[in-house]
Amino acid sequence: MTNKIKIKIDGKEIITDQGKTIVEAAHENGIFIPTLCNFAGALPKGCCRMCTIKINNRFMTSCTTPAAHGMEVENNTIEINDFRKGIIELLFVSGNHFCPSCEKSGNCELQALAYRYQMMVPRFPYDFPIKSVDGSSPYIIKDQNRCILCKRCIKTIKDEHGRHYFAFKERGHKLEVLLDEKMGKEISSALAKKAMENCPVGSIIYKEIGFEVPIGQRKYDHKPIGSEIEN
Amino acid sequence: MKDRIIEIINKYNGDSARLMDILHDIQAISGYVDKATIAILADKLNLSAAQIKETVSFYHFYSDKPLAKVNIYLNDSVTANMNGRKEVLNAFEEACGIKIGGVTTDGNIGLFSTSCIGMNDQEPAAIINDKVFTCLTPYRAKQIINGLKQGQQVEELMVEACGDGNNALPVINAMVYNNIRRKGALLNHDYPLFTVIKDILPNTSAEEIIDIVSESNIRGRGGAGFPSGLKWKFGSRAKGEHRYIICNADEGEPGTFKDRVLLTEYPEMVFEGMVTAGYAVGADVGLLYLRYEYKYLLAYLNGVLENMRKINYLGQSIAGIVDFDFDIRIQLGAGAYICGEESALIESLEGKRGEPRDKPPFPVEKGYLNLPTVVNNVETLATVVKIIKNGAAWYNQLGNKDSVGTKLLSISGDCRFPGIFEVEWGLKISDILDMCGADEVQAIQVGGPSGALIGEKDFKRELSYSDLPTGGSMIVFNKNRDLLTEVVLNFMNFFIEESCGTCSTCRNMPYVLRGKLLKVINGRGVKTDIEDMVNWANLLKVSRCGLGQTAANPIVSSIRNFRHLYDALVQKEIEYDSGFSLEASVLESCKAVRRQPLFHHNA
Repeated sequence: MTNKIKIKIDGKEIITDQGKTIVEAAHENGIFIPTLCNFAGALPKGCCRMCTIKINNRFMTSCTTPAAHGMEVENNTIEINDFRKGIIELLFVSGNHFCPSCEKSGNCELQALAYRYQMMVPRFPYDFPIKSVDGSSPYIIKDQNRCILCKRCIKTIKDEHGRHYFAFKERGHKLEVLLDEKMGKEISSALAKKAMENCPVGSIIYKEIGFEVPIGQRKYDHKPIGSEIEN
Repeated sequence: MKDRIIEIINKYNGDSARLMDILHDIQAISGYVDKATIAILADKLNLSAAQIKETVSFYHFYSDKPLAKVNIYLNDSVTANMNGRKEVLNAFEEACGIKIGGVTTDGNIGLFSTSCIGMNDQEPAAIINDKVFTCLTPYRAKQIINGLKQGQQVEELMVEACGDGNNALPVINAMVYNNIRRKGALLNHDYPLFTVIKDILPNTSAEEIIDIVSESNIRGRGGAGFPSGLKWKFGSRAKGEHRYIICNADEGEPGTFKDRVLLTEYPEMVFEGMVTAGYAVGADVGLLYLRYEYKYLLAYLNGVLENMRKINYLGQSIAGIVDFDFDIRIQLGAGAYICGEESALIESLEGKRGEPRDKPPFPVEKGYLNLPTVVNNVETLATVVKIIKNGAAWYNQLGNKDSVGTKLLSISGDCRFPGIFEVEWGLKISDILDMCGADEVQAIQVGGPSGALIGEKDFKRELSYSDLPTGGSMIVFNKNRDLLTEVVLNFMNFFIEESCGTCSTCRNMPYVLRGKLLKVINGRGVKTDIEDMVNWANLLKVSRCGLGQTAANPIVSSIRNFRHLYDALVQKEIEYDSGFSLEASVLESCKAVRRQPLFHHNA
């Protein structure tokens, strides 16, 4: 039997199991904490900082912080929500995101979060960086323009020996995701589809099939992101 | 070649956690890590080629492209620029016939830029094939290039001057100066080496050692100031098959060079501190992470370790203490400031990119190889030895109530006596300025770029953990310096270059802020740009590590303390300026299509 513990999120008391992260505890209890880099089944890494919360006046990422009995968490506050909106805006201006023509539009978590946090025009100037597009794999187009460097592909797409198809390259502002040249050519159709599904944005696109589900009938077209969690 | 690579991999038992060493060895024989080598490494280490590239591309001193036979890395620190780096660079470029970042057509000489190399008191400096050249002048630059062209070896070009103290030993043979200006409790030569290992540890329990360190109230000297005794206690209680002691010698904060001096003149005390920590915590392995820029010390330090093994101060049953087995290995870094952050350092030790980890768990619980690990600064470890020898009460007499003991300051910039000063905590900034011979001071950067830029109104303040904490870096700027261009912009470039890039905030925000800063410097700024910078910088608070959280400090602290410099540059008559110049953009596009621009409104 697991130990039950109590934590408070924005004053609301919830019960969860010892060992769960704050984001898991919140989502199970119908409280939305936005995430981008977090992915079920993969080790959380706290890259995107979207799930930032405040405990004892300290900012923490709720995807990496285990819930502890008696914890009081600030989540849905003006300060934190403005940080989240700021992060979304930063991700928009640091890449080249062409929502209207993107295959992921409507299924894109970045786009959905931008709507949810009511981003109109980013406060930061657009950078318009020059980024590469890699079409060398028979099944994948990897478009660095739309990548938000969340590591989800790196953490989840591996071969039977545990080798990574995707990896980081360079560092800091020059950071990119690289698709392994050899493994990219050998990737199976099924794994390529999974890579596209696991990508929160339109940076990994499965080749040949496009717009199978028409825009208007996609995941976030009618209900905002998070509404599947909130009660 | 393939055989030699496999030989190297086997030397490290095909352990991917030793990838840093494997890459260093490969670069030593072939100069760079080429595609074929990466394929062999991937195959033998059971990783994808992309995963190997992930590590190679992270570090400044690994390359996947051919470099030159002789590679000159000219330091780009603030003080290098203050001391005539531009003229030295021009001389290098002219003599080589290439621009910085390039390699001569014969492939003989490469010229590159690099972040602070820990020589702030003897700038401009450069690393040439792992050898450090200090106090460079245009004359010297030309002399070096002419010598190289005539076929001289890099070592032969170092004849001009050799440094002081142990720098002159054949095994170091460096042109580096210690510049020790003031000695105190730590630097005084009043300690018979290895007294603690030989006479104290055999008669003292691990708990007692931890108690002495706790009672001494010493806090981590790297900058964060965590109580060392408490860290050791946590480490000793954490459960794990092995425990590790790491000495953080990745001294990368620009303007800091005290660890370099300690490692040059007091290495036995540093290692003895590691052995003491190992005894107290119950560790069996010590790892010293040495920044690549200090590679010239590697052979010397390994020699010191070898001597300690010979006299049984390392190895099995040290000093006759039954079951106390402890040995030390030195891990060479490869050029990444972020690896000074303890969890990034641990990632790097494991052969990976130096990306900080999320905390909790802290390294004392899950550190190197996910086992309990105590990470201490070089200065902390050396100091602990004297504390054990002389007692906690002796140490408590030094400093002030809030901050006990002494601190090594690395002072550089506009002062007559740059170098190392050991002072007691609680000293006033104004006294420090008098001590190093600094006049007409406009500002001081306390604690490096991640610290604060302070002005005259703060010179009454005291060095202490509660008032002005510092890891030891102090850079002085006189009244003739253009703080925004010479200092703040240089530091922002540094943070952009050195971010690991994992957090969305630190990867992008310093870049955005630099854009704003340049807009102001270039005369296109307006008042709201200053406010934007302060407000936007807040977003960095949610970054994972100290680098990310402080990456806007150069801008934020200079706005706070030197607001008039910004106000003087922004346009008063307008409230909005997009920063976009139609003329400049038209000129650019005309150049691309080879047309002459015609601006009607100017005609």
